Amino acid sequence: MIKVEFLGPIGKAPMEMEAKTLADVSAKLKEDKTLTEWLDKCAVALNDTMVNDLTTALKDGDRVSILPPVCGG
Amino acid sequence: MELYNGPLDTKEIFGRWLDEQAKSNYGAYIPFVGTIRAEDDIEALSFDIYEPVLQKWFDGWQEKARALGAVVKMAHAIGDVPVHTSSYVSAVFSPKRRVALELIDAFVEDFKANAPIWKYDVKNGERIYAADRSTPMNGSGLLA
Repeated sequence: MIKVEFLGPIGKAPMEMEAKTLADVSAKLKEDKTLTEWLDKCAVALNDTMVNDLTTALKDGDRVSILPPVCGG
Repeated sequence: MELYNGPLDTKEIFGRWLDEQAKSNYGAYIPFVGTIRAEDDIEALSFDIYEPVLQKWFDGWQEKARALGAVVKMAHAIGDVPVHTSSYVSAVFSPKRRVALELIDAFVEDFKANAPIWKYDVKNGERIYAADRSTPMNGSGLLA
C-alpha cells in the first residue's frame, strides 16, 4: 500500500491504495470526480522529493504528495 | 530558513542576520520584504506551507548561492498575516553587489513559482484560496 496526500487548498483526506508506479496512481485518482479540476495543475512529490516521471516505481509505504498551484510571499 | 506563526518581526530578523554576518567580509547585503497590501477588502492573507519540500527547495538555493560565494536567507509566515504587516523576508549576502542583485531577483522569482506555499485571502473571517494569483509548480499535470 502507498499513501496519497493532498496539500494546501485541495482539502481532501489522504487515500491509501495499491500502486506499482505513478501511472497507477494517476489512473486511480482520475476515477475521483472531486479531483478533476486539480490534477492538470498539480505537481507531485514522492517521499518529499519532487518527481516528474510517470514510470517512477513505488514500493510499500511510499508517500505521494499532490501539490496544487502555489503563491508564497 | 525560518518559519513563524503570524506576521514577521522584520527588524529583528534583518538585524540578527546582519549581526551574524558582520565579520564574514561580505560587501553587499540585499534584503527583500514582502508586505501585505490592503486591497479587495481583505483583512489579512493566510498561508499554508509544506515544510519538507520547502526545505529541500531552499537547500538547493543555498547550494547555488554557495557556488557564487554568496549566502541566501529567508523567513516566512504560517497562518494569518494582517494587512500592512510582513509575511515574507529574504536576503542575499555576497562579496560584491552584482552577484547579490542578480541572486535576489532569481531567488525571489523562483520562490513565487516553486516554493510549496499556498495563499488565501481572509475576508469576514473566511479563508479563500487565491487561485487566480497562484502558479502551477514545475512538472505540474503529471497525473492528469
